[in-house]
Amino acid sequence: MADYILEMKNITKTWPGVKALDDVNLQVERGEIHALVGENGAGKSTLMNVLSGIIPFGEYTGDIVYNGKTCQFGKIKDSENEGIVVIHQELALIPELTIAENMFLGNERKNKIGKIDWSMTYGQAQEAMKRVGLKESSSVLIKDIGTGKQQLVEIAKALSKNVKLLVLDEPTSSLNEEDSKMLLDMLLRFKEEGMTAIIITHKLNEVAYVADRITVLRDGSTIETMDNPEHNIDEERIIKGMVGREISNRYPSREHKVSDEVAFECKDWTVYHPVYTEKCVDNKISFNVHKGEVVGFSGLQGAGRTELAMSLFGKSYGSHITGHEFINGQEVNLKNERDAIGHGLAYATEDRKVNGLILSDTIARNTTMAKLAKVSKNGILDSQLEHRAAQEYVDAMHTKTPSIDQMVGNLSGGNQQKVLLAKWMFAEPEVLILDEPTRGIDVGAKYEIYCIINEMVAQGKAVIMISSELPELLGMCDRIYVMNEGEMAGEFTAEEATQEKIMSAILSKNRAQQGGN
Amino acid sequence: MNAKVFIKKYTMVIALVIVFVFFTILTGGRLVLAQNVSNLLLQNAYVLVMACGMLLCILTGGNVDLSVGSTLCLSGALAAKLLNIGQPAGVAILVSLAVSVVIGIAQGYLIGYIHIPPFICTLAGMFLFRGLSRVVLSSKTISIMNESYLNLFTSYIQIPGVDENQNCPSAIVIGIVVAVIVAIAFFIGRKNTIAHGNDAGSFAAMLAKLVIIDALIIIYSVKLSQYKGVPVMLIWILAVVLIFAFVTSSTVFGRYFYAVGGNEKATKLSGIDPRRVYFWAYFLMSFLAGFSGLLQSARIGSVDGSMGTSFEMDAIASCFIGGASAYGGSGTVPGVMVGAILLGVINQGMSIYGLSDQWQYVVKGAVLLIAVIFDVVSNHKTGKS
Repeated sequence: MADYILEMKNITKTWPGVKALDDVNLQVERGEIHALVGENGAGKSTLMNVLSGIIPFGEYTGDIVYNGKTCQFGKIKDSENEGIVVIHQELALIPELTIAENMFLGNERKNKIGKIDWSMTYGQAQEAMKRVGLKESSSVLIKDIGTGKQQLVEIAKALSKNVKLLVLDEPTSSLNEEDSKMLLDMLLRFKEEGMTAIIITHKLNEVAYVADRITVLRDGSTIETMDNPEHNIDEERIIKGMVGREISNRYPSREHKVSDEVAFECKDWTVYHPVYTEKCVDNKISFNVHKGEVVGFSGLQGAGRTELAMSLFGKSYGSHITGHEFINGQEVNLKNERDAIGHGLAYATEDRKVNGLILSDTIARNTTMAKLAKVSKNGILDSQLEHRAAQEYVDAMHTKTPSIDQMVGNLSGGNQQKVLLAKWMFAEPEVLILDEPTRGIDVGAKYEIYCIINEMVAQGKAVIMISSELPELLGMCDRIYVMNEGEMAGEFTAEEATQEKIMSAILSKNRAQQGGN
Repeated sequence: MNAKVFIKKYTMVIALVIVFVFFTILTGGRLVLAQNVSNLLLQNAYVLVMACGMLLCILTGGNVDLSVGSTLCLSGALAAKLLNIGQPAGVAILVSLAVSVVIGIAQGYLIGYIHIPPFICTLAGMFLFRGLSRVVLSSKTISIMNESYLNLFTSYIQIPGVDENQNCPSAIVIGIVVAVIVAIAFFIGRKNTIAHGNDAGSFAAMLAKLVIIDALIIIYSVKLSQYKGVPVMLIWILAVVLIFAFVTSSTVFGRYFYAVGGNEKATKLSGIDPRRVYFWAYFLMSFLAGFSGLLQSARIGSVDGSMGTSFEMDAIASCFIGGASAYGGSGTVPGVMVGAILLGVINQGMSIYGLSDQWQYVVKGAVLLIAVIFDVVSNHKTGKS
């Protein structure tokens, strides 16, 4: 019989009105990397909350058997004492504290009378950082390092707690391909050293690459556990388990009817950082998008894509912005966001929770927010009209919700994303900028969002799609621009673009720069 | 709607009923004497009016305006001073309101466009305007003798020949008319909702709500008829409350306050300028404070340098007791009114019972704390926070 480090047996967890977990079983062998996959809302995070004690013993039914004994975790500390550490999707680091301070937060290195031993703190932090390949000094502030490195700090923090079973909830959702690869390779290295890991991710290529076994959850139930000894499992096979149907094509086909008319164009667009005003984030960028065209923007994080999009959208980012912006061939000077919306521009943010939606407000009110004029007369709202409009979008986009009066914060990520898209479609833009439109959402919802994008270009609108997932850009776009460190590094048509070409465009730019230095 | 949902939705209304019944019994029924019922709202006119403005400030993100008590005093002081030197009522009112408009523009601009933290900006205003009021009053108490000024705010609607002090049938007639208008509004609203294919809820529930509201209006008007009739100040209060209830619930302008408080970044990217929203919140707040200064000065009949002290706290407490979120983004005018009336009932009940001032503060504090704890805990349970 296999040596299981963890067995979760018949776990059932009920929220008021919803069964989040229904008789779920999970078995993790010692020393393996176990992937937990499933659509958003399938119950992955809830299951891990049960494991870590965030959902304390007594609020669920079923047994957790860890290292052969039944455990009853009442709080996070209980599970951490046993060597189970969960790293959540939203990082729990404090920006204003140093790496070392964060690493030992709540677990401080101190002497007998409670004074913190700073040399031990910084020394031990440095050691843990070495293990995850972080070269920074442990006295650097968290806010001064990128998301990728913050993720590594979290892992180093887990290591400092003497972790036996590491749980990573979507560790790579905000990392670019390079950083993701590095993180996964590190996991494989830790596996060699005997650590067990559970990884939750939506990126199936990562699952195939790193996982020894894969458990699929769907609608709160365990569907199956697959072996992946050769690390070559077919992604379609996983998808089939996740959605319960085969998605014959991950990218819906569309008739490519790109008009000759240019919907949007920018020339020599230069943007400087809003705070560090001498730092140039976008340098003389020129690009265009035709009516009926999906144009992709690829690049690593920090390439200046989001900054470009936001500065074009009514100067909502940056300082000392120069350059020319054309809508339908007419040069425009967009003073603010309102002006941009008025000119038929829309920008759906990459960070729906922070910049996109009012989580404490209803679907209906979020949907109409960018163009309240459409549901009001002389400034007086017509709530009937608003409700009907919101309902139409919920129906058209298959947003899963009991009602349009539901708070957006209560929806799953994919459904929140649909509300965000609905909000911008409601504003009736001619040019729609989508920044990471499928970040952190499941395969089924992704497909539906692709369909919505296709529908929009079929109506003759222009879509600019910023994405860190190359397959998605290749599957959806008519043309792809590649950016690197604030500069345009290449442009490919759909026919000529391949993952290798795009990656090499990014890398060649890097090499050229290094050569120049 | 099951009992749990009902209780959650109408917690403060239920609390109000319980407190009201409690004090009615405690005071041996004196709380429901016509004179006391009539005075309940008038005594709290300043709270009811200023809470409307305070709600806007709180909606933008839990921000408050600490200067309103002083602004109220300055407005009243200017009016009293001008009337005292023989200016007509119209001039006094216009000058007072104009000064509150200037204060509103200044604070709104500093907070909205210069990004001075509201707490600090209005704290400065609190000292500044309190001091200015005393300067205007030369640290004296000024009585208001101007009849037309007093009548404009403190008289009662009485039809000569029909009404007399203890028996004013006109109040009952007005009450019935209002009750009918409310009923018609209910039915039209429901018809509209159904015509648009939206869910209108159960008919029985609507009817029950309507019957209760109409019954309250009739009972209230009967009480008013037994004591001097409908007070003019009630009309002023209702005008402000209804306008603000309408603006916050049914206009694009009102929606902006909720949006900024809910997520300022998302609001900005939706083409709404948060700076303007802050400006208007503090502008309207100051204007209402100035207006309350007129109401309060007329009701007291004189103004001294300490008028309005800690009134800002009453307005803030009403908002939070009435269910406004301390983080902004949620809260309604009707809810805030319930909060204000709840405070008023407690104050009046305790005064009639004969409890001293000190104890009123203790009870106010406890009620505020309990209301907020309840709000936070119940939201936590439903997974909102």
